[in-house]
Amino acid sequence: MAIIKTEIRRGVYIDSAKLMKLQRSLDDFASILDVGVIMGTDSNKELLSHIGLTSPEIMAAKPDELVIAIKAADEKSADFALSKVDDLLAARTASLDQDYLPRSLETATKMLPGAEWVIVSVAGRYAAGVTREALHLGKHVHLFSDNVTVEDEIELKKEARELGLLVMGPDCGTAMVDGFGLAFANKIRKGPIGIVAAAGTGLQQVASRIHQLNGGITFGIGTGGKDLSEKVGAITFLMALDVLKRDPDTKVIVLISKPPSPKVAEEVLKAARKAGKPVVINFIARAVTTLQDGNLFFATGLDDAARLAVDLVKNPPVMKGDEDLGLEKFTPQQKYLRGLFSGGTLAYEAQHILAGYVPRVWANAPINKENKMANSFESQEHSIIDLGEDEFTVGRLHPMMDNDLRIRRILEEANDPEVAVLMLDIVIGYGSHPDPASELAPALAEAKVNAKKAGRHLEVVCVVTGTDEDPQNFENQVTQLKKAGAFVDPSNEVVVRYVGRILRALAERNIVEADQIGKPVDLDQIKRPLAVINVGLESFSENLKDQGAPYIQVDWKPPASGNEKMASILNRIKQGSK
Amino acid sequence: MIDINKANAYVVERFMEARPVATTMAKAIEVVPGLHENMLLHAGPPVTWERMSGPMRGAMIGALLFEGKAKNPEEAEKLLASGKIDFAPCNDHMASGPMAGVISPSQLVYVIENQTHGIKCFSNMNEGRGNVLRMGAYKEEVLNKLRLMESVVGPTVKSALEAMGGIDIRMIISKSLHMGDDGHNREDAASILWSIQMAPIIAKVAKDTQTAHDVIKFLGENPLTMLNPIMAGCKTMTAAGDNVEGSTIVTVMARNGTDFGIKVSGLGNQWFTAQAPIVKALYFPGFKESDACRDIGDSTITETAGIGGFAMAAAPALVTFIGGVPRDATNTTLDMYEITFAEHKQFTIPALDFRGTPTGIDILKVVEKQITPRVNTGVAHKDPGVGQVGGGVVSAPMKCFEDAVTAFAEKYGL
Repeated sequence: MAIIKTEIRRGVYIDSAKLMKLQRSLDDFASILDVGVIMGTDSNKELLSHIGLTSPEIMAAKPDELVIAIKAADEKSADFALSKVDDLLAARTASLDQDYLPRSLETATKMLPGAEWVIVSVAGRYAAGVTREALHLGKHVHLFSDNVTVEDEIELKKEARELGLLVMGPDCGTAMVDGFGLAFANKIRKGPIGIVAAAGTGLQQVASRIHQLNGGITFGIGTGGKDLSEKVGAITFLMALDVLKRDPDTKVIVLISKPPSPKVAEEVLKAARKAGKPVVINFIARAVTTLQDGNLFFATGLDDAARLAVDLVKNPPVMKGDEDLGLEKFTPQQKYLRGLFSGGTLAYEAQHILAGYVPRVWANAPINKENKMANSFESQEHSIIDLGEDEFTVGRLHPMMDNDLRIRRILEEANDPEVAVLMLDIVIGYGSHPDPASELAPALAEAKVNAKKAGRHLEVVCVVTGTDEDPQNFENQVTQLKKAGAFVDPSNEVVVRYVGRILRALAERNIVEADQIGKPVDLDQIKRPLAVINVGLESFSENLKDQGAPYIQVDWKPPASGNEKMASILNRIKQGSK
Repeated sequence: MIDINKANAYVVERFMEARPVATTMAKAIEVVPGLHENMLLHAGPPVTWERMSGPMRGAMIGALLFEGKAKNPEEAEKLLASGKIDFAPCNDHMASGPMAGVISPSQLVYVIENQTHGIKCFSNMNEGRGNVLRMGAYKEEVLNKLRLMESVVGPTVKSALEAMGGIDIRMIISKSLHMGDDGHNREDAASILWSIQMAPIIAKVAKDTQTAHDVIKFLGENPLTMLNPIMAGCKTMTAAGDNVEGSTIVTVMARNGTDFGIKVSGLGNQWFTAQAPIVKALYFPGFKESDACRDIGDSTITETAGIGGFAMAAAPALVTFIGGVPRDATNTTLDMYEITFAEHKQFTIPALDFRGTPTGIDILKVVEKQITPRVNTGVAHKDPGVGQVGGGVVSAPMKCFEDAVTAFAEKYGL
């Protein structure tokens, strides 16, 4: 008849990984049927009862009490196993060549003053406290622990930003610094590629592929998966990007992320455009609408990102200076596009591409229903109007044949003081109006004059679709439009991207460059030879030892060893005194 | 808002600035504040006759026999149980006594003066090893030795100290830490330094050469000669940090064989106590743990001042008491840095690159890290009159510190 024996220990704190190890070791003794080593929380007790390990003693255990429950074939075996608990707990598996394990981060920093990094992998509810302590000691933190609240994450990252320190995490598995890996990481050779990742395995994949392609990295900085959420606002990501931007050894930057908040992704891209070096981007689930936008190179996947980065190192692109978009010609109120299309597909493509430049484009025939204009006859903000849609063609010829409606709309839009850009498509060929430019160009010219009279500059851009063998003659059309002052190109994409750049620049023009938030990370400090203080899982210290990096393992315990009452009194005393 | 950090810095600074000097010897009743004819001082926090441990009872009996207040042990016991004798902790009377720590009115005590702050503290003379009053022994030979100390050793030492203008105790502690002492359980070097400084003077001031011989032999042969002056010296250091508003530094740790007690600077005169622990010890042949009295003595004033167990890295030889390796001694000291406020400016440890000893136990750190002070100590037999049975290490009970933290929060409305 199997028996259950229980031992309850009060006031002890043992790392959960160690508890699991203890459980496994106890299970290995002869005649032991089942073992549960848990802290006495309700959920843990429930777990035990599922495997039939339950007793009044277990049920009475409190969350800060350690429960060792053993089901054995006989009492003697159970007692034997219990008698081994202390030995098993004392056994050190990690073969760290460290004579003394400091009990606190503070002591560890004295023992290894050169350590600029602290890995934190303690239980989630204590992780924020340890991280804060590390920040106050002036250390960057690799916060491996999960179950840190997003409120704590935001608070920690904001504080870190003030101090010019990185909080990589929470729930950040990977970081690679100075040729060494912290926590889960690969052995990647040093090289000129810097990676920022809100994606642990993503970082490992990209870094490994770079290594396989004979590339190497300066930094692989994980930020934790929530960093690009709207709440956290990419605090660490932007700081890390700034580090790579300033780091002279980093020639190419790679940014990767699990699906980010679209708004935050735009913020990141905005910063990336100012990096002054090539930046490869792979944000999973974010549509790639172009392969290159200035210094930004969009990858279709992780592997593509690695390849692109390696290629860009080998064949550095000529980095053009900022394009002169003539922004000064516009009034401060001017910021919107009005696209007056005759072709449905061209209108759709314009919407699709512009999504990469501006937050929202309204349309009467939107790709996305939520962007549908309230009224096709009245533009709002950025609007793309397909004049070939039914509401415009009832009792009227298609706009490819009849220019009247478009001309009226051109003049109307030009009077809107908020409109900066007018875009038209001119589709020629058989079936179309015999000379559309002859009617549209004067209207565009008039629109520009009207705007000018009102003190504005109206940018007019046209895509002309057709060939030199078409009856209307392509060149002839282009010449007329250019004479009217339009920017003309046969490629819809080229024209739309040009528009996109203008719109983006106009939007950003109005944002006064925010004062430098927080303090920049000290590049000299972060580039010193790696030395690490490890608080939590000993295996991370072993990894560092294997890699030959200086480390200190801290024999960490939660405040008051998890005695909540004493911990809260200590906290009150700390809060209430200087 | 209280500024704990500032208060603690002030307290610890006073610990370290204190410069105790042994100036003379005097009858306890003439110099110890508050001591009266029918009072006996003892080690540790307050305790009643009923709860008193064996060795302390034995020492009380011996003290009454020595004082001539009782003719035999039975009479002494009756008197002690009668309520006519007041018991008071040495620590509440600016004194410090090893093991049972019994100081009776007519005993000669060292007068140790902290010349920085003008604080005087007192301790009796060390009787050496073997059957001694401080271990609760009160046989005739014990009393005879006490009488010899009172009539011959004490007066000669008094004359010598006065003639030489005192002995700087802080200086001896500093030197002895560089000679393998911890300042508590191992006083070999300090005792030699003390004796050697005094010997030439004794040769001059002793009433004859036989007396000089006897006194120098008594002092020189006892490796614990310096324990008592060091304890009183440490008491003058920590007393300099008493009663500082807002400080969380421990100024007294003491045990009476029944309870372990502490006092905290910012909490006035209140004792915080818990059951005294059993010492993890190496026992002399023929004795075992079940013979041991619970932890006893005021000698933990040394750890309170930043030496003793806290300076164990300086005294690797002591690890034989715990069957460890020298590394354990170093690690004990390193652990104590985790719960102390400062590193001593005067007391340094060669093996730690002359780092100052961990000084100023902070109750907040003790409770936060759940590390209590480590103490090196001797172990008395639990029965009166048997004496020392071993030596070893012990950790102070956490409860004293947790109670003190709770009281601190209450007192300061936190």
